Amino acid sequence: MDTRPEPVNRRDFLRSGARGACLIGIGGTLGFLATRSRGGDTVWQIDPEKCTQCGNCATNCVLKPSAVKCVHAFAMCGYCELCTGYFEPEPNALNTGAENQLCPVAAIQRTFVEDPYYEYGIDEALCIGCGKCVEGCRAFGNGSLYLQVRHDRCLDCNECSIAAACPADAFVRVPAEEPYLHPAGHPEHPQLDDSKH
Amino acid sequence: MTHCSRTLAILLFLAVLSGSAGAAERFPPPEFDSGHSLPETQYPAPRGLVFEVLDVAALFVALCLAAWLAFRRRSRTGLFVLMLVSLFYFGFLREGCVCPIGAIQNVALAIADRSYAVPIAVLAFFLLPLVFALFFGRVFCAAVCPLGAIQDVVLVHPLRVPTWLEHALRVLAYAYLGAAVLFAATGSAFVICQYDPFVAFFRLSGSLAMFILGACVLVVAMFVGRPYCRFLCPYGVLLGLLARASQRRVTISPAECVRCRLCEDSCPFGAIRAPAEAPSPDERRVGRKRLALLLGLLPVLVGLGLFAGGLLAVPFSKVHATVSLAERVRLEDTGKAEGTTDASEAFRETGRPTEELFAEAKVLRSRFVTGGRLLGAWLGLVIGIKLIYPTLRRRRTDYEADRGACLACGRCYDYCPVEHDRRKKAREAGAVR
Repeated sequence: MDTRPEPVNRRDFLRSGARGACLIGIGGTLGFLATRSRGGDTVWQIDPEKCTQCGNCATNCVLKPSAVKCVHAFAMCGYCELCTGYFEPEPNALNTGAENQLCPVAAIQRTFVEDPYYEYGIDEALCIGCGKCVEGCRAFGNGSLYLQVRHDRCLDCNECSIAAACPADAFVRVPAEEPYLHPAGHPEHPQLDDSKH
Repeated sequence: MTHCSRTLAILLFLAVLSGSAGAAERFPPPEFDSGHSLPETQYPAPRGLVFEVLDVAALFVALCLAAWLAFRRRSRTGLFVLMLVSLFYFGFLREGCVCPIGAIQNVALAIADRSYAVPIAVLAFFLLPLVFALFFGRVFCAAVCPLGAIQDVVLVHPLRVPTWLEHALRVLAYAYLGAAVLFAATGSAFVICQYDPFVAFFRLSGSLAMFILGACVLVVAMFVGRPYCRFLCPYGVLLGLLARASQRRVTISPAECVRCRLCEDSCPFGAIRAPAEAPSPDERRVGRKRLALLLGLLPVLVGLGLFAGGLLAVPFSKVHATVSLAERVRLEDTGKAEGTTDASEAFRETGRPTEELFAEAKVLRSRFVTGGRLLGAWLGLVIGIKLIYPTLRRRRTDYEADRGACLACGRCYDYCPVEHDRRKKAREAGAVR
């Protein structure tokens, strides 16, 4: 009687059964979801056409300062002397005086090109992504200034905390291969491409 | 003078254009006489896939190491060092994202929403620790999870939590899991990420509320072992359930338990179960009666949960941005609310018909009714089973680590005299060799 092999006890039997079932379940989940995740990696981005420049990008990012910055599409810019993205609504004078600037952190650099044109560049180290200049540019200008998530800074959080606070639903996940979205009028704006054909 | 007239011209031009929505090419880009070339706008690329592959590889290696240290080497020191390395890499270096705890939400959303694709790295992060739990128990909690590690490091004076309180608080984790899945699956919010208590520390930036929350948990963690892991962590619930079916379990003694009671108070997480006699016939009779009663109570609790969950759907659905926007728009339209919010203003600017928004919100709310009922039923089930669990008395001859609750941290090894004997023999064998 003593030579008989140790009987499998009930608890162990149930346990290995449960383990097998769980493994099948995990395999199933993997198979089910893996077929869908073939789309590749995605990153967060702002759709400039939906963005309302509410200012949440400056305050809601987990990074301080925000990973959202103003981007300037030079090809769209009118190089205006009176830039409504650069100047306060009623500026005292059209010069670089701080009291004339719309940008609260003086992140836009205004440089003279030739009469009457001025070039406007963004100093990203200073920009806080508040979108004040974007609002001004879109209201009266060409809309060449727009807010974008800068991917050299963005941590690509699982849930973007700006996206959670965005009132206009402008935050979308875009393919990592094409991580920027451009406004209407930009050479790479998808709608423009469509209208070509 | 020319300056003034140009400004005037521009302003006139603006007055004409200001009515039109959106941006157009109002001021055609100039052709420069000076031959000035346009600067190129820089678009930095996102971090490569390399990091993700590296992260998954690091996770796999860390899990293997943890299992080896916990079962083969039986070394608390080794586990502690690995834990610190994980805390540094997954926590401070990779800034706590992505983690398996948060990955629950991606998986839930991917199952509920066909259009959402879960990144393969996130899927790997979600599944790998679960597979390891099936074979080696909660080795992920022991030495890989940065959230567990940061609490483990600050534990200075563990107090014993009474068993009844431990079980009662554990329900919170089940509720958190259910709620997180509900909000993620409906596409409302990733609550686990929003209320991650330690991510602000890992990033060394974040809102004040996040820091305060994290600091409070850490202060509690000085006296109650790993409070987040035991009473809140939704992923710990999954790991605990799977670890119950694990192939191997942490054994306090490497050989026969001598019932010396030295390990009795060694576990700061209350995972050690003392030997128990088989119940006497009298006790068995009482226990059986109680079990029958509680088994009868179980469907009542589930039913109650179903009912209560349905009631919670309306307040819960407000977490979803579309539902709260629809409510706001309705309030504004009926004149019950004054002014506008950023969201309602943005919505009106799009020119979408409000009926469309209301219809969308209605669909979402009906989804919340189903989800809320499921959540309620889940909670009823959990509470019912938690009540039944203590009545199931089983005979235990040795001091054992509870499969579900044991975090495989290896603290109890050092308390076991049999283990010390084993180490001594191993040392001697090593010296002879």
